[in-house]
Amino acid sequence: MIKQTIIPFGPQHPVLPEPLQLDLVLEDEKVVQAIPSIGYVHRGLETLVTRQEYQEFVYVAERICGICSFIHGMGYCQAVEEIMKVEVPARGVFLRTIWAELSRIHSHLLWLGLAADAFGFENLFMQAWRIRETVLDIFEETTGGRVIFSVCKVGGARKDIQPDTLVRIGQTLEKMKKDVKSIEKVFLKDNSVRHRLAGIGILSAEDAQSLGAVGPVVRASGIKVDTRMLGYAAYPEAEFEIITGTAGDCYARCAVRIGEIYQSIDIIRQLIPKTPEGPVDVKVTGAPQGESYMRLEQPRGEVLYYIKANGTRLLDRFRVRTPTFANIPPLVKMLEGCDIADVPNIILTIDPCISCTER
Amino acid sequence: MGFFKMAGTAFTNLFRKPATLMYPVKPAKRFPNTRGTLTIEFEKCILCGICQKKCPSYAIEVDKTEKTWKLDRIRCISCGSCTDWCPKKCLHLDNAYTAPVTSEFKDSTRERHTGA
Ligand code: SF4
Ligand code: SF4
Repeated sequence: MIKQTIIPFGPQHPVLPEPLQLDLVLEDEKVVQAIPSIGYVHRGLETLVTRQEYQEFVYVAERICGICSFIHGMGYCQAVEEIMKVEVPARGVFLRTIWAELSRIHSHLLWLGLAADAFGFENLFMQAWRIRETVLDIFEETTGGRVIFSVCKVGGARKDIQPDTLVRIGQTLEKMKKDVKSIEKVFLKDNSVRHRLAGIGILSAEDAQSLGAVGPVVRASGIKVDTRMLGYAAYPEAEFEIITGTAGDCYARCAVRIGEIYQSIDIIRQLIPKTPEGPVDVKVTGAPQGESYMRLEQPRGEVLYYIKANGTRLLDRFRVRTPTFANIPPLVKMLEGCDIADVPNIILTIDPCISCTER
Repeated sequence: MGFFKMAGTAFTNLFRKPATLMYPVKPAKRFPNTRGTLTIEFEKCILCGICQKKCPSYAIEVDKTEKTWKLDRIRCISCGSCTDWCPKKCLHLDNAYTAPVTSEFKDSTRERHTGA
């Protein structure tokens, strides 16, 4: 019988920006089991809701994550708006959707960089982040923040984007496509990169479904799930197809994310001319009473919010289930049977965001 | 199949100017909208205390009896909630970031305005 060794991976590991611990049970160089444990960065954001008035809690909700911050704020606002039956003006909804899609582009580019870093391709990492800078500049210009935008509020948006700026954003993104193409060919065609990605960390469609994977992870295994198809915000106004892969390996997950960058650019391109004139917000008074659920598509997958309000300005309960949380069981499955050298790579392909997971 | 896919991109990089700035020696790029440091026109302030109530990070302290308005810069997250709610519109988010401090940051980042 081969002797088993347990190697702790994390919570501090060069490839992980955030603390996740996995105990890897090894036989020789093969992982036979991975035991995850989280709990290193718990911040108690959900409890803050009982101390922060519901309108100011948006700023806390946004800080659940530093990368997909906008969609967290938007999800929270949508949930409160649903309880309070607030009708957000169409322009506000469109701008929110545009910002949400820009967030997706920026998150996926960030991921591409981190993935390149994980398989040891520093130059590629720098290129991906250089391109991401274009999107960050758009954010700073339109919202005033580079990663935390503070632009969503209960009742709409806090800032408007001038029509000519919107057009310019569309043009900038079109130009950015060329840059993305230049790194896409490295990620998808280069031999050494393929060698690190293809056939590694395979998640079958059945496993993806039964373990409840979300986002690019489940789509890369060939299952068509995308919460945007539920038609919240301005998504019904844009035409797009769910991007899927078939192999379910690291390469497919990478390809899906790259595809989604183009998809988001395309959605924004469709939305810009359709953005109606008018105000971006409505005044919200009173306090919410009741409860609501909200499901949104984050760059990393489906996120779920639950809000319970008691008729005062302080909410009773706020609960988030973030995509990374849902993707940890599939991750454990992917790790079974892989080589220890591939572990960092596989972990990164679920795009882990541990701080989100622990709120 | 593919080799040297990166070569072209890497090569052009040699002749491009750096994508990064030597901050804070070179100032950061900013836009009119950039949310930087919070400033107050204290003459206009009526010490109503709304900003203190609306600040998500409890950075502002308004004392009516002592006639003071205090801000803890380290706590301030430049969200702009106070500027939105201030009835006198005397709070502004400047588009320059708060200057970096190295020593005794606690004192140098506390700001106190008093009318007394
Ligand atoms: S809200 Fe404005 S007027 Fe009121 S205390 Fe604050 S700064 Fe002064
Ligand atoms: S900008 Fe935001 S964090 Fe800073 S003092 Fe105003 S409300 Fe508080």
